[in-house]
Amino acid sequence: MRIFVPRDAAARAVGADKVAAAIADAARQQGVAVDIVRTGSRGLFWLEPMVEVATPEGRVAFGPVAPRDVASLMTGRFDPSHPLCLGRPEEIAFLKRQTRLTFARCGIVDPLSLDDYRAHGGWRGLERARSLGPAKTLEEVTKSGLRGRGGAGFPTGIKWKTVADAAADRKYIVCNADEGDSGTYADRMLLEGDPFGLIEGMAIAGLAVGASKGYVYIRSEYPDAVRIMRRAVELSPVDGFEIEVRVGAGAYVCGEETALLESLEGKRGQVRAKPPLPAHKGLFGRPTVINNLISLATVPSILADGAEQYAAFGMGRSRGTMPIQLAGNIRHGGLFETAFGVTLGELVDDIGGGTQSGRPARAVQVGGPLGAYFPRALFDTPFDYEAFAAKDGLIGHGGIVVFDDTVDMAHQARFALEFCAIESCGKCTPCRIGSTRGVETMDKIMRGERPAANLALIADLCQTMKFGSLCALGGFTPYPVMSAIQHFPEDFTRPLRAAAE
Amino acid sequence: MAAWNEAEANDILRRHEGREGPLLPILHDVQEAFGCVPAEAVPFIAHALNLSRAEVHGVVSFYHDFRHAPAGRHVLKLCRAEACQSMNAESVAESVLDHFGLDWGGTTPDGRLTVEATYCLGLCACAPSAMLDGEPMARLTSACVEEIAREVGR
Repeated sequence: MRIFVPRDAAARAVGADKVAAAIADAARQQGVAVDIVRTGSRGLFWLEPMVEVATPEGRVAFGPVAPRDVASLMTGRFDPSHPLCLGRPEEIAFLKRQTRLTFARCGIVDPLSLDDYRAHGGWRGLERARSLGPAKTLEEVTKSGLRGRGGAGFPTGIKWKTVADAAADRKYIVCNADEGDSGTYADRMLLEGDPFGLIEGMAIAGLAVGASKGYVYIRSEYPDAVRIMRRAVELSPVDGFEIEVRVGAGAYVCGEETALLESLEGKRGQVRAKPPLPAHKGLFGRPTVINNLISLATVPSILADGAEQYAAFGMGRSRGTMPIQLAGNIRHGGLFETAFGVTLGELVDDIGGGTQSGRPARAVQVGGPLGAYFPRALFDTPFDYEAFAAKDGLIGHGGIVVFDDTVDMAHQARFALEFCAIESCGKCTPCRIGSTRGVETMDKIMRGERPAANLALIADLCQTMKFGSLCALGGFTPYPVMSAIQHFPEDFTRPLRAAAE
Repeated sequence: MAAWNEAEANDILRRHEGREGPLLPILHDVQEAFGCVPAEAVPFIAHALNLSRAEVHGVVSFYHDFRHAPAGRHVLKLCRAEACQSMNAESVAESVLDHFGLDWGGTTPDGRLTVEATYCLGLCACAPSAMLDGEPMARLTSACVEEIAREVGR
C-alpha cells in the first residue's frame, strides 16, 4: 500500500508526524507492507493532516486524520466508506476550481525525489530554455506578462533584460524567500513541497541573464523549508549553476530587496537608496536579478508550455495565475492558485466558506501587514494589481487575512504602526520616528483624547511616511492605518477601553 | 552547549572560508555552538574578517535572532501577527505567559523555558501558531498550555 502523508510544516504542526508514525506502527502490527511517502501539502489546511492512498483509480484522500483514526483506517485498508474519506483529491471543490501552474506538483510528489520531479514534468522548462538560448528565453518570460509576485508587480522580463544587458565579470540570481507577511505561506509550501521547481526556475534565470551563481535567502522562522531546500540543492543535477541557501535572522525588513542584499553581504539589513537598481548594482555591486520565490518558481511552467498559454490566464495587465493564501479566521483556509480576476468576496465567502468562528466577516487585510483592510463593501474588487491599487490597497504577496466582527480596528491600526516601529531598519526618519509617534497618537485616540484632532495628525503623519520613506515598510504602513480609519470610522471615535497594553 | 572558546570559534571560521559575505552564516553557527553570540566573539570575528568591532556589533544587534546570553533550555515562540490575532492568539499567549509567570522575552527562574514573540511562522491557515524548539504547533487554544508544560517538563 502506498500512502502519502504531508511533511509540510503546517501539516506537522497539526500532527502529521504522529499520523505517519501511527500508520507505520499499525502496518507492522497488521503485517501489511506500506510505503509511506512524505509529500508537501496540497494546501487544504482545514483538512490537514490529509492522508492519501494510491489506488488503481488514482489517489483517494482522507482527512483531517488524527492518530486515533489510524487504527480504523488501517483495518479497513483505507476503504472509501470510512467517514473521513474525501474521495479523489482533485475532485474536492476547493482544489477542482483552481488552476495550478506554479503549484502543479506541490502535495503530489516527494519533494526530494528526482524521479518524481521528472515524472511530473520537471526540467522541461530548463531543457526548452537551453534549446531556445538566452535571448529567446528572455523573450518568453517577457511575453508571458509575468510580474513580480513579491508585491511590487514589476514585469519580470524587463528586470531580467536589464541584467542581461549589463556588462560585468559576475552576475547573480537572488531568490527572495524572506516571506515575512502575516497570512502568506506560499513560499514556504513550495520550498517544502517542490524545491526542484525553484532550482529549475533559478537555473533558467541564470541562463537568460548570464549568471552562474544563485542565492536563496530563507527566513529563519522556516527551519523545515531550510532543511528541505538545502537537501534539494545537494541533490540537484543542474550543471553550470550553483545555488547557496542562506538563512535570515529575524528581520522583517530583509524582505525588502535592497535590505536583503545588504544582509546577504553580511551587513545590517538596512535599505539602500535607489538608484542604482539591483539590476545594475546589486549583490556585491554586481548586476543582480532579485525575484520573489513565486516569480522564479513560475518560470519553468512558462518555458515548458509557452508564454501564450500562461498569458491566456488573468485580466488586464495581471497575466497568469496567483497563488492566493486564505488565512486567519476563515473556515476553508488554504492555498488557492487561480487566474487573476476572482473577486475578494468570492474568495472569502464562497471559496473560503466565511469565517471559522461562524460570525460575520467584518474586515479583510489583503497583502500582509502593509496591506489595506477592506470592508464588505469592497468585496466586489477583483484580485488584480491595478484594481486593488485603485481602491487604495495592494495584493502584495497574495495573503488574505479574515477578521470577524469582534475585531477592533483601532487596535489593528495601532498594531500596524507598532509593527513598523519594531521592524524599521532605522535608516530613514519617516519610518523610524513616524511609526513610534504614530503609536503614541493612536494610544491617545483609543483613550478618547481629542479624537478628531489626533486623527487629523495621523492622516498627516501617514502622508509623510507614504511619500518620505525609503522603502515599502514606512511607505506602505499608512495603508492598513488609513484604510482602517476610512472604512471603520466608528472604531476610532468612541472612547474605548484603556489603551492596549 | 559549549562555553566560549577560541578553538571552536576557529573551526567555525574555517568552515566559512572563501564564502562571500560570510558574517550571518558565521553568527548563526556561533549561536548554535555557544547558545548566544558572546561578547568575546565580536572582536574575534571582527579580526578574522578584517571588519571593525563596531561593524560586527552593529550586525549582531540589528537582527532579532542573535542573543547576548543563552536562552532557556526550551524556547517557545508564539506568533503575534495579524492572522494569529484574528484567531485570538493574544488570549492564548496570555494563558501561556500567566502559567509560567513570564513576560515576553522572559525565562523561567529555573532556566527551563524562554517565551518569545514572533511575527509569522507561515502557519497562518492553522492559526494561532507557535514553535517549540523549532517544532511547529498550530490551532492552539488556551488548553494547549498543559501540553506545552508537559513538553518542557513543568
